[in-house]
Amino acid sequence: MAKVVKRPKLSLFERLYLPALWNGFKVTLRHFLSWKKSGVYEDKNKDNKFKATLNYPEELWTVPEGFRGAPYLVSDQDGATKCVSCQLCEFVCPPKAIRIIPPGEDGEEAHREGSEKMPKKFEIDMLRCIFCGYCEEVCPEEAIYLAKDYYAGYDENLMRRDYALTGQSRDEMIYDKEKLLEHGGVHNDRIKKWEKKQKDADAQETFPVEISPKSQ
Amino acid sequence: MEWINNLTPGQQFALFSLVKICVAVFAVVLPMVAYSVVAERRISAWIQDRVGPNRVGIPFTNIKLWGLGQPVADGVKFILKEDFTPAHVRKVYFWLAPAVAMVPALLTLAVIPFGSKLGSQQAVIANLNVGILYTFGIVSLGVYGIVLAGYASNSKYPFLGGIRSSAQMISYEIAMGMSVVPVFMLVGDLNLGKVISYQADGFTSWLIFKQPLAFVIFLIAAFAETNRLPFDLPESETELVGGYHTEYSSMKFALFFLGEYAAMIAVSAMMVVLFLGGWTLPFAGLNEPATSIWIGLLQVGIFIGKLLLFMGLFIWVRWMLPRFRYDQLMDLGWKRFVPLALANIVVTAVVLYFLNAK
Repeated sequence: MAKVVKRPKLSLFERLYLPALWNGFKVTLRHFLSWKKSGVYEDKNKDNKFKATLNYPEELWTVPEGFRGAPYLVSDQDGATKCVSCQLCEFVCPPKAIRIIPPGEDGEEAHREGSEKMPKKFEIDMLRCIFCGYCEEVCPEEAIYLAKDYYAGYDENLMRRDYALTGQSRDEMIYDKEKLLEHGGVHNDRIKKWEKKQKDADAQETFPVEISPKSQ
Repeated sequence: MEWINNLTPGQQFALFSLVKICVAVFAVVLPMVAYSVVAERRISAWIQDRVGPNRVGIPFTNIKLWGLGQPVADGVKFILKEDFTPAHVRKVYFWLAPAVAMVPALLTLAVIPFGSKLGSQQAVIANLNVGILYTFGIVSLGVYGIVLAGYASNSKYPFLGGIRSSAQMISYEIAMGMSVVPVFMLVGDLNLGKVISYQADGFTSWLIFKQPLAFVIFLIAAFAETNRLPFDLPESETELVGGYHTEYSSMKFALFFLGEYAAMIAVSAMMVVLFLGGWTLPFAGLNEPATSIWIGLLQVGIFIGKLLLFMGLFIWVRWMLPRFRYDQLMDLGWKRFVPLALANIVVTAVVLYFLNAK
C-alpha cells in the first residue's frame, strides 16, 4: 500500500530558508568546537582529543579479551620448545599455513629430557593464516597460541602488535621457528608432564615392580 | 637601485607590474590556494568530529607541523600520478579545458587593490577605471573551462555537469552583476580603488551595511559562481560521479581542483573590496594610504585577513548545507534574486534621487 508522506506546512519564515541556515551554522559550529574526548578509548588514550579517532601509531588499540592474533610458538619456563612436532596443527590448518618438518632419524635432540621430538622446521605463512585458532585448539602440548596481548608481563611498548602484521616482502611474512618462539614468549607449564614422565620412566627401570599384597 | 631610476616610465611600469604579478600570484595566491585545500580538509574533519590530515610535516624528518606539509605531498602526488587521456575524448579541448578553468580565476586578481601603497607603487596590478566590468568579463570566461571539459570528455556525466554549470553560472551572473549596480550608484565610479576610498571613513560607510541586500545576493551568487556547495551541481559527486572532471586525472584534475579554490579567493577578494572596505580599517590611521612600507604591508595583511574570513565562510557552508535540487537552484536565481536585485536598484535609485534633490 502506498504510504502518503505528509509534507509539513512551512510558515513563510521557514520557507525563507533562514531558520534552516541558522540551525546549520549552530550544529556545525558545535561540532567544530567540541573537542570531547573519546569515551571508547578513554583510559588508554588520555591524549586523544578527538572523539573516536585513534591516532594509531602513537596510541595503541586496547585488544579485547578473546582476541585472536597471530599464532606463535611458546616456550616453557625452562626455555624449551613445547612443540613435539606431532603435526596436528599442520593437519588441521584450513588454509595450510603451517608447515612442520619433524626431526627425522638423525635429527636434533629435544630440548627437554624425556621428550622425544621437537620440530626441525616450523613455519607459519602469515599471509595464508586466517587466524581461526584451530591450531591452538588442537595442540595437545599447548605449544601454539594465538596472541592475545594481555598476559602477565605484557608491555605494549616493547611487544609486537599482533593485529598489525607487516612486512616488506612475501618471504618476510613466512615466520620461521626462531621468530615464532621469540614472539611467542614464555608460557608457564603448570602440569610439567615431562618431569613426571621422566620419573615414571625411572620407576620402570627399577624392575620388578613391587606388587602390593592386596592385589594378589 | 640607481638603475631603476634610469629606466623610462614605461620600462618601470613593466618591471613593477611583472614583480607584482610574480609576487601576488606565485608567492601569495598559489600558496593560499594550496593551503585552503588543507584548511578545507581540516575544518571539514573538525566539523564531522574527525581529525583530518595531521601527519605530513617536513619530509624525511619526524617533524609533523600539524599536517602543514600536506600540500607538498598532494602536489607531488598529482605530478607523479598517471596523466591518463581516455581514447574517446576530443583531445584539443580536453587539454585546453583545465587551463581555461584555472586562468580566469587568476586573471580576476589583476584589478583587485590588495593594499594601498608599497613604497612608491600602488598595491594593485592594474588600476583599471572599469575594474568591475573587467572582473565580470573575466569571471564569465570561467564557465568555458567547465563547459569545454564537459563537452570534450565525450561521456554522459561530464556532459550533464557541463550543461548544468553553463546554465547555473549564466543565471547567477545576472543576479551577481545586478546586485553590485547599487554599489556603484552609491560610489559613482567603477574603479575598485575608488570603491575602497568611499568606504574608508568608518564602519557605517562599509557597503555591507549600506547595501546588505546587495551583499547577500552577491555572496550567494558567488557560491553559485564558484560551484561550491550548496550549489555544486556541475560537480555533484553523488549524482554525476564528479561531473565535468570525471574523465580527468593527475595534474589536469588538479588544475580544476585548484581553479575552484583560486576562484573562491578571487570572489572573496571581490567581496572584501566591494563590501568590506578592502584594505582599510577605520581606526589607527589604517584607512589612509600608507606612508611607510610597513603600514603598507600591514594593510595587505588586513586585506588578506578579511579575505580569509570569507574563505572560512565558504568552507564552513560547504559542510553545513545539502545540495540544492536543480529546479530549486534555477528558481532561486531567476525568481528570487533577479527581481530582488532589480528592486534593490530601483529603491537605491529613488533614495539617491531624493537625497540629492535636497
